Amino acid sequence: MSVVKAKNISKSYNKTVVLRDISLTVESGEVLVLLGRSGSGKSTLLRCLNGLEQIQAGSVEVAGHEMIYSGEALRALRRDVGIVFQQYNLFPHMTVGENIMLAPHLVKKVPRKEMARKAREVLDKVGLLDKFDAYPDRLSGGQQQRAAIARSLAMEPKLMLFDEVTSALDPQLTGEVLAVMASLAQSGMAMVVVTHEMGFARRVADRVIFMHDGRIIEEGPPEQLFSAPSTPEFKAFLAQTD
Amino acid sequence: MDYVLQFGPVFQRFDLIWSGLLMTVQLSIVAIVAGFVIGVVFARMRTEGGAVARGIAAVYVETIRNTPFLAQLFMVTFGIPQFIALLGMPIRPAPYWLAIIALSVNLGAYITEIVRAGIDAIPRPQVEAAESLALTPTQIFLRIKLPPALAKVFPALTSQFILQMLGSSIVSVIAVQELTSAAGRIQSETFRTFETYLVVTALYFGLAFLLRAILVSIAAYAWPWRRRSAN
Amino acid sequence: MRTFGFPEIVFLIEAAQWTIYLSLLTFGMGGLVGFVIAMARVSRHRVLRAVSSAYVQLFQNTPLLMQLFIVYFGLSLLGFRLPAIVAAGLALTFFASAFLGDIWRGSIEAVPRQQFEAADALALTPWQSFRHVILPQAIRLATPPTVGFFVQIVKNTSLTSIVGMTELMRGAAMMNNATMAPMNVYAIVCLIYFVICFPLSVLSRKLESRLNVGR
Repeated sequence: MSVVKAKNISKSYNKTVVLRDISLTVESGEVLVLLGRSGSGKSTLLRCLNGLEQIQAGSVEVAGHEMIYSGEALRALRRDVGIVFQQYNLFPHMTVGENIMLAPHLVKKVPRKEMARKAREVLDKVGLLDKFDAYPDRLSGGQQQRAAIARSLAMEPKLMLFDEVTSALDPQLTGEVLAVMASLAQSGMAMVVVTHEMGFARRVADRVIFMHDGRIIEEGPPEQLFSAPSTPEFKAFLAQTD
Repeated sequence: MDYVLQFGPVFQRFDLIWSGLLMTVQLSIVAIVAGFVIGVVFARMRTEGGAVARGIAAVYVETIRNTPFLAQLFMVTFGIPQFIALLGMPIRPAPYWLAIIALSVNLGAYITEIVRAGIDAIPRPQVEAAESLALTPTQIFLRIKLPPALAKVFPALTSQFILQMLGSSIVSVIAVQELTSAAGRIQSETFRTFETYLVVTALYFGLAFLLRAILVSIAAYAWPWRRRSAN
Repeated sequence: MRTFGFPEIVFLIEAAQWTIYLSLLTFGMGGLVGFVIAMARVSRHRVLRAVSSAYVQLFQNTPLLMQLFIVYFGLSLLGFRLPAIVAAGLALTFFASAFLGDIWRGSIEAVPRQQFEAADALALTPWQSFRHVILPQAIRLATPPTVGFFVQIVKNTSLTSIVGMTELMRGAAMMNNATMAPMNVYAIVCLIYFVICFPLSVLSRKLESRLNVGR
């Protein structure tokens, strides 16, 4: 069953076209990596998948929910889709534990005891069990991002979206976050990842997409794509990043 | 100058001072709470509302902030009884309630702007993170936007609350029996005008000090996650 | 009893003149004293800093109405039989000087540290560095809140009606007695204050946002 079914989507900001007639599917358990220069539309495409950006043409179906831009419909969709951003993920006025328990408590009405148990479970998965009662400002950037991943996982989503989650981190800290994402992929989570980490793309992605100027111009398994780029833009991109 | 300061007669009427003081405290607390609630509601209207809500909030805020409290007080004092008479109800509102209304409505406008500034300072990604967790707009406002916003603007809120407490002295002109009224009564009885006003002013100063101390303690208790060195 | 019509509105607008005169007087005198207070607050002498701090605390933490009463009655105690405008102006000057002094101290302190250091590095005397480097920048930072405080001054002149000064609020009270149409009278009064204050408030906000863009 496809976890993402996007057909012919287009999006513009005022007069600028950011996404041109994009079609995309993601299967359950698949890891898709989006590559491209800044301005290529990759982050916008990702954000269209949980409704943070609105499309002007085409259709999107995510985790079995048709994308309808109404409060109730979006919330229903977002119960099954998790997203981690580049920065400012965690709520600074709550402990890590409270951050994680917030949504299950408010949205899924999970009872208190079970909530705490699940929260610890998911924190343990990302290796931060000892930080349950800590406030975010006491955590390093890498720990904050891992906690953010845990928070999304607590809602038991069918799909996880990652928007350049290591780009704002010091290089020493990216490793721990990528490791968590890799193990998440191992466990069979469907993921769409926007990243500049080519190593991650090579090792973990099932499929890689390269975007340029709002279009998908290369698509395929990483080994194939990286060893034999067909478009000049992708060739140039690879030369720069490797 | 052949005037000798005598504070004795003033302290003899300490009963008046005390009841006036209590009334000032009561007015201040009610106005602070009511003004705060009004301010938060209108701050939400200004940041999340549609064009109509934003317009109404803007008119409210600008009207109050650009006219003197004394004039607003008179509008309330004359306007509300007329309004009630229009409705045909045989109620004569006491000056106390008129003062509460005027004080709360006045404070609400200032609180609206202060809280709005705090909400505007919340990074957009944080709100997006909350939306992405499928929280409803009201849940997001109450749990994600408001707490950090209030923590950030708390010093400004504190200053405004204290200003309002001091400004409550103005309601003495509509014969509410608070501290300034008490001063008026005492000085007319004892003819110790200067001493009376000195004592009452010192009491206001003390109240301001006390109020600030209470508010600072609330801040330390409510927001342990805000370290002192951070802004 | 008169009806409330056009001549009454003209009367109120004329009364508003006094509001404006008093506001300008307060701002001018309060500004002069306020500048001295600000200088004292940032001076190197501990005593000056303490005294000016106490001054500011005093006027910021007591009701303006009380300050008006004390000055008004205090002056008559001292044997001065002065017109109400002098007493009002004096009290408002103290009040304004404390707030303006505090605002301007804040503006001086908001000038980035590096500016002080850069001026020192250029071997300027303290006075030169203050006059040519710090002050211009402090003035830029101080303008929005100062304009905002002028709005406060205009509104606060309304309290002087209580000690008998004839300005807009007193005119309104007189008009109210004459016409017994309080809602009309005070609505016009609010409108007049609004017309004076709103443009200044908008100006203050515009100055503030220009400041933030430039940084």
